[in-house]
Amino acid sequence: MSRIEATAQALESRIGARARRVASLAGEIAIEVAPAQLVSVCRDLRDLPELAFEQLTDLSGIDYLEHGRAEWVTEAATSTGFSRGVERGPAPVAEDQARFAVTYHLLSVSRNVRLRVRCRCLAGEPPMLDSVTGIWASANWYEREAFDLFGILFRGHPDLRRILTDYGFIGHPFRKDFPLIGNVEVRYDPARGRVVYEPVSIEPRTTVPKVIRKDHVADAPETGND
Amino acid sequence: MTEIRNFTLNFGPQHPAAHGVLRLVLEMDGEVIHKADPHIGLLHRATEKLAESKPFNQSIGYMDRLDYMSMMCNEHAYVRAIENLLGIRPPERALHIRVMFDEITRVLNHLLWIGSHALDVGAMTVFLYAFREREDLMDCYEAVSGTRMHATYYRPGGVYRDLPDTMPRYQVSRWRGERDVARRNEARSGSLLDFIQDFTERFPKCVDEYETLLTENRIWKQRTVNIGVVTPERALQLGFTGPMLRGSGIEWDLRKKQPYAAYDQVDFDVPVGVNGDCYDRYLCRVEELRQANRIIRQCVDWLRANPGPVMLGDHKVTPPRRSEMKGDMESLIHHFKLFTEGYCVPEGETYAAVEAPKGEFGIWLVSDGANKPYRVKCRAPGFAHLAAMDEMVRGHMLADVVAVIGTMDIVFGEIDR
Repeated sequence: MSRIEATAQALESRIGARARRVASLAGEIAIEVAPAQLVSVCRDLRDLPELAFEQLTDLSGIDYLEHGRAEWVTEAATSTGFSRGVERGPAPVAEDQARFAVTYHLLSVSRNVRLRVRCRCLAGEPPMLDSVTGIWASANWYEREAFDLFGILFRGHPDLRRILTDYGFIGHPFRKDFPLIGNVEVRYDPARGRVVYEPVSIEPRTTVPKVIRKDHVADAPETGND
Repeated sequence: MTEIRNFTLNFGPQHPAAHGVLRLVLEMDGEVIHKADPHIGLLHRATEKLAESKPFNQSIGYMDRLDYMSMMCNEHAYVRAIENLLGIRPPERALHIRVMFDEITRVLNHLLWIGSHALDVGAMTVFLYAFREREDLMDCYEAVSGTRMHATYYRPGGVYRDLPDTMPRYQVSRWRGERDVARRNEARSGSLLDFIQDFTERFPKCVDEYETLLTENRIWKQRTVNIGVVTPERALQLGFTGPMLRGSGIEWDLRKKQPYAAYDQVDFDVPVGVNGDCYDRYLCRVEELRQANRIIRQCVDWLRANPGPVMLGDHKVTPPRRSEMKGDMESLIHHFKLFTEGYCVPEGETYAAVEAPKGEFGIWLVSDGANKPYRVKCRAPGFAHLAAMDEMVRGHMLADVVAVIGTMDIVFGEIDR
């Protein structure tokens, strides 16, 4: 696809060492940027005519805490069978600095090409990145969302408030160590005449454990007897 | 000296014109808006997090419930993301069925939009007319999937099943006599394709009806012309897509620019506005209704001429037929594995977008090689549109807020996710 190649070349010549190409599917193009260069690279991506990414279509956080970690390992042989239960220990500890990242999906309407920019937050809590609201106005709410759901702070954001969760919500629910069932439940208390928050009373349960298999990746459609 | 200060008005979250659960905190100077602060999230269901805890196929149904006015388009983006990562391409017939149902969905969505937008602005009748046609299209949903809204019809590798030979029919009841039922069932005597063809033949007349009610209507024009004007530059900056972007004069349609499914094989035009106001966006969407009708008709003809499979035969991803399962051990194992564990998707990430009726609906899917997605991000068009609320209504009157909400085609299922 020539548009992709042209973009790759433009990235190579104009952004150069400030960004690194990362693996992507054919027909897509993705780069990774260090947090220090984020704003300068983004400004160039928008303003340079051979790049011209006028639009930020999407911005989202991601938490790499459990990336590549399966809940159910069945590779070794067993004489007793495999239990499908998922044991819930303490949440795994983040090993390296690259726990959180923010992904920017850019679109160039004039050149009809998309670009994915990933920027990993520096280690430490809270994770922090520079805001790109000054470059694309649509980043405003997207950054609020990433802050709300992942707790990523955006330096220079004009109005970094929670956006999707409840008023007075505690925690950042899309982090991998935040339980799916949440921490609090809400009910109406007739005695007190108001709605009360209490710790959740149900047990978390995994119905289908997470399994990672490399052996049966779908390849060419089968034409055999099934 | 009396103190004069701005008035802060709370609009919603329960307000018929808020299209769901939008809470707007409006700072007013008399009847003029100084600042609008939308509070969203009252319908937040953590769809993305739920999807991360389930095998890939079990989340297709959640996608219907995002933008619950354009159900199959959302599914389309999600299954396309999975197909990208798996590296599979559904059979041609499935792609045409998807295009046909995407366009049926577009008509469904735009009919609701035209009805509720007009209702907000004060025209009651359009709503009733639009819902008359919606009924027929929801019957098409029912015919293929068994449900009238949340279809879960698209699957990675194709669609759940081929188009049926019969349509659901009305029954005689206490409220409906024999003659009435016979009239209603007339178009339903043949197959689904017959019914859709009949619909495409009468639908342009219906669009004319809506237009006679609105397009030259003095009140409608007073309420929409020059309201919520967005320049093309701002529209790009604000992340607008779909009719909101085209209304501002930018010719951008994913179906043309980055064709997916079988959109490169159908013929249609993309309407573009000039002024970027509510009226131009209205005109764009009305023309989209007509163009969608054209696409549906072309798909009907293609589907009639080209029978074939609608699902890949790769049973690592798609379930085997029920009859095969009864006699073939391997099919039974495939079925068991698919429905207990699902399939594992190779490690990687992809962004798949479709031109949903409201704009670009995209799914960013990250897989770490497991049977569940590692991260699903739904890029909802309405989210970016609503974020521009403040800018669009500043300086307008309170009544125009309702017109702007209508023109944005807000649905909270996708915004709050």
